[in-house]
Amino acid sequence: MKTAKDCVNENYLSLVSMTAPKTDEKRSLFRAFWVGGAICSVGQGIRLIFSEVLGLSGDELAAYVSVALIFLGSFLTGLGVYDRIGKYAGGGSIVPITGFANSVVSPAMEFKTEGYVYGTAAKMFTVAGPIIVFGVAASVLVGLIYFVIYRVF
Amino acid sequence: MDILLTFLKVILVGGGICTVAQILINYTKLTAGKILVIFLIAGLILQSFGVYQYLVDFGGSGATVPISGFGYLLAKGAMEGAKESLFMAITGGITSAGAGIASVIVFGYIFAVIFKAKSKKN
Repeated sequence: MKTAKDCVNENYLSLVSMTAPKTDEKRSLFRAFWVGGAICSVGQGIRLIFSEVLGLSGDELAAYVSVALIFLGSFLTGLGVYDRIGKYAGGGSIVPITGFANSVVSPAMEFKTEGYVYGTAAKMFTVAGPIIVFGVAASVLVGLIYFVIYRVF
Repeated sequence: MDILLTFLKVILVGGGICTVAQILINYTKLTAGKILVIFLIAGLILQSFGVYQYLVDFGGSGATVPISGFGYLLAKGAMEGAKESLFMAITGGITSAGAGIASVIVFGYIFAVIFKAKSKKN
């Protein structure tokens, strides 16, 4: 049964969708592609430099590259630059590991007024918390399954 | 020329993964946090079947820099640990992802303390 309230809601929603700015889909895909590709290229560049200059290789090299990118991502977020990139690129700036750093620093800065413990340190994990929880839980599960597979077969 | 081809592959794979994320954002209105979790778990599941390794071998940083590469690391560490012992099977994932998690926490806290939040209006 439709109540008057539902009708009002429907009208309101159609009004919102009419007046909301239309995101140009092809353009947003192109922006995500080139900014995402550019961030990954920066990673590849850092990788080349580290392997040539520091003589690193394998897992250690990969770890240093992620540390460098996380440093850059959190630094640029602190300066306020990364949020501007985010407005332009959407998914292109969210998915790279620099976006992960951004999702940590952004809420941490915003809630600094609530103190350095329950503000900054606690709010760091509003987005990173679920990522670490699901990531670690799933990796333990994968480890256990493979442990059983290796032992049984 | 070799280096040019490498970067071309990096852009192709990295940009491709980000484009998939943008398609998800356009059509489902998922928030950034959920997108990150979905890509992390996708990378982890793909690697637990050994698939993501091919993407890493082809695209280099294009596959490891997106958050799905973080999931790949978690799965890879867990699978390598499972060969050794039960203890290593449980700790392997977080050991290989340890550098990323530690640096996010340390740099994140330092920069959040140093810098002030910018006004959203700009």
